[in-house]
Amino acid sequence: MKPAPFEFARPASLAEALEVLAANPDAKVLAGGQSLVPLLSMRLASPRMVVDINGISELAYVRSDDDGVHVGALARHADVESDADACRTQPLLCIALRQVAHQTVRNRGTTVGSIVHADAAAEMPAVLSLLGGRVTAVSSSGSRDVAAADLYVGPMESALRHDEIAVEAFFPAIAEQSGVAFDEVSRRRGDYALCGVAALVQLSGAQVVSVRAGYLAVCEVPTVVDLTAGVPDGSLAGRNLDDAADLALAALDPVTDIHATAAYRRQLVRALTRRVVAAAHQHGLARAGEGAR
Amino acid sequence: MTEPGSDETRYDVRLTVNGAVHDLAVPARRLLSDALRHDLGLTGTHVGCEHGVCGACTVLLDGRPVRSCLIFAVSAPGCEITTVEGLARPDGSLGPVQQAFKECHGLQCGFCTPGFLTTVTAGLADNPSPTVEEAREMVGGNLCRCTGYQNIVAAVLRAAELT
Repeated sequence: MKPAPFEFARPASLAEALEVLAANPDAKVLAGGQSLVPLLSMRLASPRMVVDINGISELAYVRSDDDGVHVGALARHADVESDADACRTQPLLCIALRQVAHQTVRNRGTTVGSIVHADAAAEMPAVLSLLGGRVTAVSSSGSRDVAAADLYVGPMESALRHDEIAVEAFFPAIAEQSGVAFDEVSRRRGDYALCGVAALVQLSGAQVVSVRAGYLAVCEVPTVVDLTAGVPDGSLAGRNLDDAADLALAALDPVTDIHATAAYRRQLVRALTRRVVAAAHQHGLARAGEGAR
Repeated sequence: MTEPGSDETRYDVRLTVNGAVHDLAVPARRLLSDALRHDLGLTGTHVGCEHGVCGACTVLLDGRPVRSCLIFAVSAPGCEITTVEGLARPDGSLGPVQQAFKECHGLQCGFCTPGFLTTVTAGLADNPSPTVEEAREMVGGNLCRCTGYQNIVAAVLRAAELT
C-alpha cells in the first residue's frame, strides 16, 4: 500500500509555495499529513504534485489575544493543546483536541490541516463552526477570510481554491458568562467518533439566554444547531434538556454508514446533547462563580 | 531497493537517525518507515497497517512519537529521528523501557513491540511516574494482538521505576 508517484516541492517561504500552487492546478498541500498520507497510500487521492509546507517555519505559531486564538498552519495539535494561553482563551478548543485521534497523531497532525480537510467526523471543523471562527486563505493573488459557516460545502470538501493555502485558523475567545463542553462516542478511544457534540451555553446571571451545539460524524458536514428554543424559561431543569435534544434531532438528518445506523446515531445525538449541554451549563456557572470572587 | 519505474524522480534528503547522518536520494513517495527499513537497513521499525492506526512503526521525531508510515522521508530533513535501535544503552545492553518489557513479559510475538518501546520512552519523558490509567492512555494508540495489554501496562509502570 504505497502512494502513486508524485512530484514534490518543499518551498522555504510562503510566497514560493503559493507560486508553485498557482503553477500546478493538480497539487495538494502537505502539512501534518495524518489524513492526507493515508489517502495517498490507499490511492484514494493521487495528485500530480505534493507541496510540503513543513519547511515554512513562520506558519508554526499559536497566538492568543483578547479576541481569540490564532493557530498557524504548521501548529501541531499537540502544540495547541499544550498552549496554556490558548486553553484559557478558548477552553473548548483544548477540550476537543484531547479527543483528536491519539497523542502520536496529534504530535504531527495540524489543527488547520484538520479544519480544511473538512472531514465531518473530525472534531476541529465542528468546534470552529460552533464558535463561529474563520480561516485565512492566501493565494498568489491575495488573501481572504472564510467564515466557518461558508467553509464546508460538502463531504470532505472545503470552499478553498486549489491555489490557496489556509495559513491560519481563528477561534473566538470564550465570552464572559458562558460555558463550553465537548464529548463524543467512539468504538475505541482515539477512533473517529460515531457521534460527537460540542456545546456553547450563554448565561445572563442564572438565566440561560442561548444554547448552541455543533455536531460531528452525524451529517455529511459539521452542523451547528441553535437549541435556545428548548429553554424558553431560561432554565435547563426539568424537561428542557429533552426538548433541546428533540430540537437537535429535528434539525439533523443522521446518516447510516458501516460504523453506525442512523437510528443509533439519533440515540447518540439525544444522549450526548443532554450530557454536553448540561456540562456546558455547569461550566458557565462555575466560570461565573470564579468571576464573582 | 530497486524502483519498478526507474525513471521516477529522486529527491535528496539528509536524515539524522539515532545520531548518525545519512544522505539519501529517494522518490518523494518513499514513506519514512520504508526509508528506515529499506534504504538504511534499520529493520527494527516494523510496519503493520501502514495507514496510521496500529502504531507499530512509531519513531521519535525530535523526541516526540510519530507514525513513520504517515511521513514521507523527504519531509523529515533536519529532524532528529530515534528508532528502536536507538533505545539501547551505549554499551548495547537494553535500555530501561526495553528491560522493563523483558522483565514483565510485555511482549509475545514482538511485532508491535518497537512501536510500544518508542512511544513509552517519550511518554515517560513527559510523565515520569504515570498512574495505571495514565499508562494505559500512554499506549492507547498502539495495537497488540497477543498480550491483552496487561503486561504492557505493567511494563510501563516498571519502566517508570527503572528510568
